[in-house]
Amino acid sequence: MTDMSETKMAPRDQGAPDYKINLHPVMLKNYGKWDYHERVRPGVLVHVAENGEKIWTIRAGSPRTLSADKVREICAVADKYCKGYLRFTTRANVEFLVDDESLIQPLIDEVEKGSLKFPVGGTGPSVSNVAHTQGWMHCNLPGSDAAGSVKALLDELIEDFKSERMPNRVHISSSCCQINCSSHADISVIVQHHHPPRINHSNMQICELPKVVAICPVAAIRPAVVNGHESVEVVKEKCMYCGACHGQCPSMEIRDAETDTLSIWVGGKTSNARTPPTLMKLAVWGLPNNPPRWPEVGQAVRTILDAYRKGGKAYERVGEWIERIGWQRFFEVTGFPFTRYHIEDSSDALLTFNRSTMVRI
Amino acid sequence: MALNTPLLDQLESGGWPSFVTDLKAYSNKRPQVGQLLNQLNESYENRWNYWIGTVLNVPGYGGGVIARLSQKADKYPDLAQFHTVRIIEPPGWVYNTSKLRELADASEKHGAGILQLHGMSGDVLLLGFDNDQSMSVAEELMEKGWDIGGSGGALRTLQCCVGQARCEMACYDTMKVTKHLTDTFIHYLHRPEFVYKFKFKLSGCANDCANAMMRSDMPIIGTWRGEMQVNQGKVKEYVKAKGRAYVIDNVITRCPTKCISLKDDDTLAVEHQDCVRCMHCINVMHKALKPGKDKGVTICMGGKRTLKIGDTIGIMIVPFMKLETDEDLDKLTEFVERVWEFWNDNGMDHERVGEFIARVGLSTFLAGIGIEPDARMVMRPRSSPYIKFEELAPSRFGGEQTKMPPVWNKEPETTEAAQAQR
Repeated sequence: MTDMSETKMAPRDQGAPDYKINLHPVMLKNYGKWDYHERVRPGVLVHVAENGEKIWTIRAGSPRTLSADKVREICAVADKYCKGYLRFTTRANVEFLVDDESLIQPLIDEVEKGSLKFPVGGTGPSVSNVAHTQGWMHCNLPGSDAAGSVKALLDELIEDFKSERMPNRVHISSSCCQINCSSHADISVIVQHHHPPRINHSNMQICELPKVVAICPVAAIRPAVVNGHESVEVVKEKCMYCGACHGQCPSMEIRDAETDTLSIWVGGKTSNARTPPTLMKLAVWGLPNNPPRWPEVGQAVRTILDAYRKGGKAYERVGEWIERIGWQRFFEVTGFPFTRYHIEDSSDALLTFNRSTMVRI
Repeated sequence: MALNTPLLDQLESGGWPSFVTDLKAYSNKRPQVGQLLNQLNESYENRWNYWIGTVLNVPGYGGGVIARLSQKADKYPDLAQFHTVRIIEPPGWVYNTSKLRELADASEKHGAGILQLHGMSGDVLLLGFDNDQSMSVAEELMEKGWDIGGSGGALRTLQCCVGQARCEMACYDTMKVTKHLTDTFIHYLHRPEFVYKFKFKLSGCANDCANAMMRSDMPIIGTWRGEMQVNQGKVKEYVKAKGRAYVIDNVITRCPTKCISLKDDDTLAVEHQDCVRCMHCINVMHKALKPGKDKGVTICMGGKRTLKIGDTIGIMIVPFMKLETDEDLDKLTEFVERVWEFWNDNGMDHERVGEFIARVGLSTFLAGIGIEPDARMVMRPRSSPYIKFEELAPSRFGGEQTKMPPVWNKEPETTEAAQAQR
């Protein structure tokens, strides 16, 4: 290391950046004084302040992973049209902010057809950008890729991003292993493992054994002496292949390139609007982990979205639509098989069964 | 090194912008990025990953660098050390381009020049630094006023919605509170000393655009008390524009507590005491309806993703708290400290606060953090009759019946007061 003594590197604990210097002047001036907003067209919002001032937001889908040059291209657009101000959203959309209505169309043209080639959309009842994790580009645990699989999926869904033709907003997320770092969503793609971890006994001392025993949710891991060395053993019957141990200890390999599959979960939402937040439920399992374009996943998501678009009522999220029509009908209209694996077996299983005579016959 | 990415090349077609196209072009400037793409292509070929996780810290900090070593370093020498540095984002992810360019420039000067805007915890992620560069990029960015994000068993970088900067629905200043909590607790963010990670996410209203309920240990959600604001003139305009049937189907019948009805004169009748502030009617008729004027926050606790006990959703802990003045912020700070003290004293290794509540029980948790039980914390009271009523049970010591025996965690003076009552 050069020129990096500990004295120089002493922590400065500066905290969060000053948001005020990063706010468009119209937003700063009207901070806390907004009156209403309207959706001008898909991808364009206008927020109107109490004093009548307006700020237009042009939302564009970004690939999240960007080169420094691409970030500079984004900055150039913001400098040209937005007085140099922009923001990003929870789902990695980039939002260009303008205070002059006449700049909207030129900005859209430049974002869509210039060097960025970002689609404009993602507002209102559309399919927004897909939230995702690191995948094979940088994570140490992934069973699948994130950025690439999401790019392939969004190629399938781009018209649903650019239009507002769904009953309500659709959030999709994609996680590259069973730990599910990605977010809850109306539709979510998750890796599933199908074997207990393979233990590299010769390498076990690289992790702390009590930790890897403690992390196991089902107490399937026990300390054991193997070949005269401290190691662990896994009770295969208890193990449910979650991969928690793998996150703790690289010597316990949960992934399998040949047998890992993908599953799709539906009906999660974090918003409290109309109905409380809901967890996602299993829709489809056993889809192949099929790079570079994962066509089976795209097809399954397309099937769900088409059925939702056809059957959902205005303002119903995916989960609310399914609860209204019933899960039996969800499996009918999507054509996905309902199997024994769709029946809950966790500690709240009893609460998930139909404890009534109410069925559609 | 020549690019050899036949599988990744298939991600260059299609309408969505391709990170492959971007990074391939950028690899002309940065050969290291070409090596990254080549390794990624091998991952696609073999459905396998070649990164090993390890630990690296900027001196003085205990987190914020996600260290990665490539298993294919002999083939791709520039990936031998390829770390991510997490940087705390401006609250609400707002940027002026001069600040955003600082990130791009520092990322390119010291590392691979790859940025992720943003990570699932909200951080700016800068990719591709070796051990030395991780220090130098941190140093350079800190000189420009940036700071390092959280990782490990620490307070994690906070994330909030755009809030009052550009939303009429935000019931409190999410950006200000995010900056306040970040700055107040920055020590816990930089130096992991918790049993496991702890995340705040802040949303201005129940629509929860910051994904707080399921992705944070303490979701702080804007709300109000008293009546929401109803502009009956604008209600009439809306009914006239959309028709009665539309309003009945999409506003009236979607109210979760059926506290809203459409009157014959096309105005709304609202039984405000039954409103649960879900935001639906306001979302639909946002010119006619607004949150009430007496605004504050609801604090939940224990949302998180899958590991270890499955997904959890935030549990209602504080139904309403004002969060405007410095005194209000102090109250929040003090509340957070009580939660952390009880959780860290009693939580197990790798036990998130939601898992801790599930293990010890909500009533024990409430007693531990000094909060009285409230019917709003549950969907319904218990249905299991097997209860140890401590007030009515025989004393553990003398065998005498007591009306108010000591509860395990009560302060001595409280116990004396209880004994005096007997």
